Amino acid sequence: MLDFVQQLVSGIALGCVYGLIALGFVLVYKATEVVNFAQGDLMMLGGFFAFTFIGMLGLNYWLGFAGAVAAMAAFGMLAERVVVRPILGYPQFSIIMATIGLGYFLRSVVGMIWGTDDFKIETPFSEGVLRIGSLVLAYDKLSVIAATIILCALLYLFFNRTTLGTAMRASSENMLAAYYMGIPVKRVVSIVWAISAAVATAAGVLLAPITFIHSNVGLVLGLKAFPAAVLGGFGSIPGAVVGGVLIGVIESMAGFYLPQGWKDVAPYIVLLVVLLLKPEGLFGVHTRKKV
Amino acid sequence: MRFLFKTDYEDDIKLFPHSGYYVSYGILLAFLLIAPFVLSSYLVSQLVFVCIYATVGVGLMILTGFTGQASLGHAAFLAIGAYTAAYLQQYNVPFPVYFLAGGLLTGVVGALVGFPALRLTGIYLVIATISFAFIVEEVLARWESVTHGNEGMRVKTLSLFGQAVPQNGPTFYYLCLAVLVLTIVGTLNLLRSPTGRAFVAIRDSETAARSMGVNVSLYKVKSFAISAGITGLAGVLFAHKLSFISPEMFTLQLSIEFIIVILIGGTFSLHGAVLGAIFLVMIDPFLTYLKDDMPGIIAGLAATFGADSITANKIHANAAAIASANGLKGAIYGVIIVLFVLFEPLGLYGRWLKIKLFFQLFPLYKRATFKRQKIYVKSERNR
Repeated sequence: MLDFVQQLVSGIALGCVYGLIALGFVLVYKATEVVNFAQGDLMMLGGFFAFTFIGMLGLNYWLGFAGAVAAMAAFGMLAERVVVRPILGYPQFSIIMATIGLGYFLRSVVGMIWGTDDFKIETPFSEGVLRIGSLVLAYDKLSVIAATIILCALLYLFFNRTTLGTAMRASSENMLAAYYMGIPVKRVVSIVWAISAAVATAAGVLLAPITFIHSNVGLVLGLKAFPAAVLGGFGSIPGAVVGGVLIGVIESMAGFYLPQGWKDVAPYIVLLVVLLLKPEGLFGVHTRKKV
Repeated sequence: MRFLFKTDYEDDIKLFPHSGYYVSYGILLAFLLIAPFVLSSYLVSQLVFVCIYATVGVGLMILTGFTGQASLGHAAFLAIGAYTAAYLQQYNVPFPVYFLAGGLLTGVVGALVGFPALRLTGIYLVIATISFAFIVEEVLARWESVTHGNEGMRVKTLSLFGQAVPQNGPTFYYLCLAVLVLTIVGTLNLLRSPTGRAFVAIRDSETAARSMGVNVSLYKVKSFAISAGITGLAGVLFAHKLSFISPEMFTLQLSIEFIIVILIGGTFSLHGAVLGAIFLVMIDPFLTYLKDDMPGIIAGLAATFGADSITANKIHANAAAIASANGLKGAIYGVIIVLFVLFEPLGLYGRWLKIKLFFQLFPLYKRATFKRQKIYVKSERNR
């Protein structure tokens, strides 16, 4: 029983990691209907920025964290301006391909600048564990869980309660109508990319003690976070976190109870089954096309 | 310019609309037939890869280009074809049999993937095909009694009617070329049949196709099966060409390469699959060439424009350092994809059509002829 609880808790922690990255996917999708395949790579780049500020320039952890988030927000805007804006309004598939290309580019450039080794950031959560009875929880994982809950709540409130959030939802439904209503659609899209790059950076920095930072970390985790976002129903913020936690728990349970090899496949099998039964994901909204 | 006067439906669906086609394709075929005798063996080997990639491209084009169903899982279909070949070969099954068996089995698997894909569109379909590819990759790595797991499998030299066909010889090249040409002709015939028309109708509007009486589910599954089957055939050739296969060859990376093939070639015509394959395969020798010669060229240019010898040497060293940096290929790949999506969305074949039309209409060519319509209104969520 203790094993089970321990696996469950570590699965939830892992799932929050996926959820945190999936939040970035969902944000961009929710506001612009663009699926950003480079989200994991933005996270990786954010991690490297933080590593440069904290590890190489020797800044304070929180200062370096803030610097990396700000730098990445600017980078997100730049990426949106250069890659995404010219093709807004074209079929979704071309935008997917463009972001895949962006991901290739980022991975390879980061590999050329920082090298292909694993890097580590010293964080206040790197060491120490929390003990509840005989349950053991590392602080670095707790920090991820806490950050996921906080960010998720903030973003949920932002989308549902603020004017800007409403504007984002409106421009996602129908860009043209939103534009007629006086919403500055281009600026909205730009802001949403900045936010999503910032969220990605937060994920990257919080993950640094757990997964380390290397140029492929974004690809590996992005490919797990992506099913998480789909499982929750692309475009639902709580869905992303629930999806992430589900994927994380499934992965850690499969790794513990099933023979070797199932750990990597089980999330995808579950995803396929869910998509079969509920094609729009768990929290997705099903709408019919009007002709 | 030539005006084609069509009086009959038969005129409209001809494979070769006018005599010019016989000349140009004749010349192309003649060149391809003498290629092994005039080109270096390295280039011929690259041409074999072009044929294999183009075959996969044609398969993917049926699904993505003509039926409008995106797939990022075609590496898995290639793997199934390749492993079928390697497995059956152990039991001395003759080549024609396991070649067809590879295609058939992959086609059946493709149909099985097609059923769950029926209800999915857009991004959900992409992720479903990615998941499928991951599962296949893992199965290949774990089903050791059949696939030998991560150790991989050796593929013996192909033997056709008792003759050995080494994978570097001209005969193997002719075999791959024949498969490619037959696939293309078959696909062209398919596309002008009711089935092909139904595919295109589904791509353009599923709702409209359904209201015209097209059985959307049936044709989607058919499209998946045919596309996968062709990819499986290419997989058999792929296995023979590499003579060794292991699960880590058939990753998401390879699926993305296949998508790049049709994207760069142009997703609206079979020409695109071939042009894209040429581009993707030939970029490797081109990059190697750049790596070796580019620093010298840049330094030479700098020297011509008045840089002294020390600066020129510095430039040479810097350019060499950049050219030999690890992972440069990835960056170039990325830039190429982004540039094509942004500036040449119709791909290489689209560019060719534009140039052709420019000369046909010479002073009257309008750039807006090929302009794409931007749609800001309809959300793809409401499909």
